[in-house]
Amino acid sequence: MSYKGEAAHPSAPTVAKVRMRFAKRGRARFSSHRDVARAMEWALRRAGVPVSLSQGFSPHPRLSWIGASPTGAASEAEFVEIGLTVDLDPAAVAREVGAVLPEGLVVLDVVRSGPGALADRIDGSSWRIELPGVAPADLGDAVAALLDSDVVEVERMTKNGPRTLDVRSALVSLVVEDPPAEPSRDAVDDVTDAHDERHPNDEATGDDTRTTRPSADTAVRSGAEPTRGTRDTDRRTHARSAVCGTLSAVVRHTTPAVRPDDVVSALRIVAGLEPPVPVRSTRTAQGRLDDDGALLDPLEADRDPIGR
Amino acid sequence: MSLDLSTAPESVYDRLEPLLPRVRKPVQYVGGERNATVTPWEDADVHWALCYPDAYEVGLPNQGLMILYEVLNERPDALAERTYAVWPDLAALMREHGVPQFTVDAHRPVAAFDVLGVSFATELGYTNLLEILDLAGVPLHAADRSAEHPLVLAGGHAAFNPEPIADFVDLVALGDGEEVVGDITDVVRAAKAEGLSRHETLERLAGVPGVYVPALYAVDYHDDGSIAAVRPTSPAAPERIHKRTTSDLDDWPYPKKPLVPMAETVHERMSVEIFRGCTRGCRFCQAGMITRPVRERSKQGVSEMVESGLAASGYSEVGLLSLSSADHSEIGEIAKGLADRYEGTGTGLSLPSTRVDAFNVDLAEELTRSGRRSGLTFAPEGGSERLRRVINKMVSEEELIATVATAYEHGWRQVKLYFMCGLPTETDEDVLQIAAMAHEVVRTGRKAAGRGDVRATVSIGAFVPKPHTPFQWAAQTAPEVVDDRLRKLREAINSDRSLGRNVGLRYHDGQPSLIEGLLSRGDRRVGRVIEAVWRDGGHFDGWSEYFSFERWETAAAQQLPSQGVDLFWFTTRERDEHEVLPWDHLDSGLDRGWLWDDWQDALDSREQDDCRWTPCFDCGVCPQMGTEIQIGPTAGEMAPGRMLPLTPVETRTSTPVHNPRLSGAGGATGQDPR
Repeated sequence: MSYKGEAAHPSAPTVAKVRMRFAKRGRARFSSHRDVARAMEWALRRAGVPVSLSQGFSPHPRLSWIGASPTGAASEAEFVEIGLTVDLDPAAVAREVGAVLPEGLVVLDVVRSGPGALADRIDGSSWRIELPGVAPADLGDAVAALLDSDVVEVERMTKNGPRTLDVRSALVSLVVEDPPAEPSRDAVDDVTDAHDERHPNDEATGDDTRTTRPSADTAVRSGAEPTRGTRDTDRRTHARSAVCGTLSAVVRHTTPAVRPDDVVSALRIVAGLEPPVPVRSTRTAQGRLDDDGALLDPLEADRDPIGR
Repeated sequence: MSLDLSTAPESVYDRLEPLLPRVRKPVQYVGGERNATVTPWEDADVHWALCYPDAYEVGLPNQGLMILYEVLNERPDALAERTYAVWPDLAALMREHGVPQFTVDAHRPVAAFDVLGVSFATELGYTNLLEILDLAGVPLHAADRSAEHPLVLAGGHAAFNPEPIADFVDLVALGDGEEVVGDITDVVRAAKAEGLSRHETLERLAGVPGVYVPALYAVDYHDDGSIAAVRPTSPAAPERIHKRTTSDLDDWPYPKKPLVPMAETVHERMSVEIFRGCTRGCRFCQAGMITRPVRERSKQGVSEMVESGLAASGYSEVGLLSLSSADHSEIGEIAKGLADRYEGTGTGLSLPSTRVDAFNVDLAEELTRSGRRSGLTFAPEGGSERLRRVINKMVSEEELIATVATAYEHGWRQVKLYFMCGLPTETDEDVLQIAAMAHEVVRTGRKAAGRGDVRATVSIGAFVPKPHTPFQWAAQTAPEVVDDRLRKLREAINSDRSLGRNVGLRYHDGQPSLIEGLLSRGDRRVGRVIEAVWRDGGHFDGWSEYFSFERWETAAAQQLPSQGVDLFWFTTRERDEHEVLPWDHLDSGLDRGWLWDDWQDALDSREQDDCRWTPCFDCGVCPQMGTEIQIGPTAGEMAPGRMLPLTPVETRTSTPVHNPRLSGAGGATGQDPR
């Protein structure tokens, strides 16, 4: 037995790592990054995955999180890297963890970590943003106004106080989907989000300020005068009945990251767009932006070309 | 009770979801906890909504609610869902959009259930009860409810004096809940099948042992405001209601599968109740009095619950709960067994309630082997030796200092000391001795640790006299007196700057305690005060940012004098031996004469022994309850080392759960490759 600040029994060392892509769907979208991180830690323990632990008197599991989606947003592309004390078959990890995750968290892919940092393979995100009660035509006009601007700054409360973000410069592409369109990952070009790899406990107080609050937290700072598109009255009338405009956005990861709410705020600034109810956002992909503004799967490089 | 058996109430989730992006911490309202149960409405005859009348983050980990949730959901004829107090931001939106109080399991409206069971750990939840009833669309007053409304049932420790909320509840369950919820289910199922009226149903429920139906009793008052009598008004209502006692905890290994929320909550751990009841006899402690006798869970039972609970939850902390955990007769073996079993798996063990005199450093070593060694907490409760005799908390300063010294020698750097202020017979001098003790702790700690940066935190709560304790007759100390003593204490602590800077002092002002005192020892006349406070916007009274003393004071001044009493009549007034107390017809098992004698002993600073280890002193619980003290050793003792028939130590990895389906890629684990 040892005293005075030394762990009596250090846990087993990390012998392997796996990288997981998972989804945050349905009611799980209301969970914060911290909530998801805890839920994942507990699910890994329920599944009996031998996650390696940090040393010391307050050992925590070695999980590295990358670019977590904000509270209120769904995602098909969340990433975590998991340190293991036993080299496990990634498919078994996917199966066993998937079986015990809480409702709404879904394992999509697990690979054995290859060389290089996962964070270096992610600098953009694609988002699907649904705006119930907003006609696609109105949306199209607002998008055009946003894309025509050079700078559109919005303000958001962060844990470090109000921050100003330039939405326009972070936007790689912004497209209005056709009304019945299935939100397709392919339609999106590229996105970026600040990639952080800190332990979730580091941002204990960050969640509230990240909560989606469409009208209160975001405010007009500067940018173009609100402009109302007047192009196609018929189309707009038709679209009113469809009642839900859908955007596909690709965003380059900046610090702080431009989120779907910021994009909507930017549309409010440039075009006076006021969604009558909160928007629903889903991250559809994360990865490295290529020269054409497309996102490359960050786990592709880890896949064994012979095996899986 | 819902008479319409055929139609399942619609989920309100679709109407709730659009509101969620507009509120703080929306995840607390979506349910979906691991191990939650959603039963089709039609599959159950009796539908229970279990409520903890505080925020989700406090209510979700509540053991009592979790136990009853499982017990009821295991019955083929019942379903149970959970509901919690919603914060004001969502409550306002729900009212604006017509969304009623809902359960988090299937988001069904609470008003559709047959029984709304509310667990009161503290009286400060009473205003939230009214808020919940109102949001649910259930009439506040039991007298205004009809067959279509749920039966509102109060339980929990505060329910041992339910008189202040007698107008708002239909039923009260006294004592342990595991068995009584089944009995209530049986009666409600039969009442629905027979088409009984609400009144007939209540009369039948009054026949269930442990169930109190306030509407079947009338209270008469003397001219001086005191109670003349509490008398049954129906032949179905018994003169006295005796509490229920679950006799063998090993028969009730709940929760088996603890709820694991997505949202952050106050206790994120696998909790196992290692024994219920306490025989220490601390005179201020209502929990210790009303939960007698002591019933221990066997060490085998504890280890099985920990094993299955960790597998079901994935939690990395195990809490061994009770009123005084180090008092379990096999605590040393339990702690060592668990520490051995989970070493290296990142699983921490904690004993939240530990006494100074029961604590030993060997035990603490076991507890921190794979966890953290942050701080040790002791509760001497009284600052002076004399006062500790008054409250029957038998700890000497020498014992405390010796224990603290050992702890500092073994690597702890922080000690927390809990005290109460405003205890019966207390003087300024008693309280000032807390400063001397804190200084001595720091002085001893520095010497033992060989360094200057040790820390002692003194945490002080104002004493509130509680029903069913020897102090139920005592005058509560006025808040001004408590506040004044604490000011003097702070000066005394800081009078030695060198020692004082390593002592932290935490206390809250005395005013909320006066309201807690009103609600603790109030009678039916206090109901009007609670309602007036709620109507004025009062709720979440356990939260300092919501509690308003002025609001309570105003409501008491408006509602009580016309009834011949006032706030101070209920709080700072000492009762005499023969005064009828509002809860005298509710039997916690303790003999009233014994309680009075113990009160007199307290005033004479005479201690009472712990009957777990010494002869019976006739408190009245055991013979009346047909129960007895149940402590180890565990029957059918297993061979040493076989206590935890689990994963052999040699193949230990960093996980507490063995999953043979997780094959190592290179056969590294040697575990059942598929």
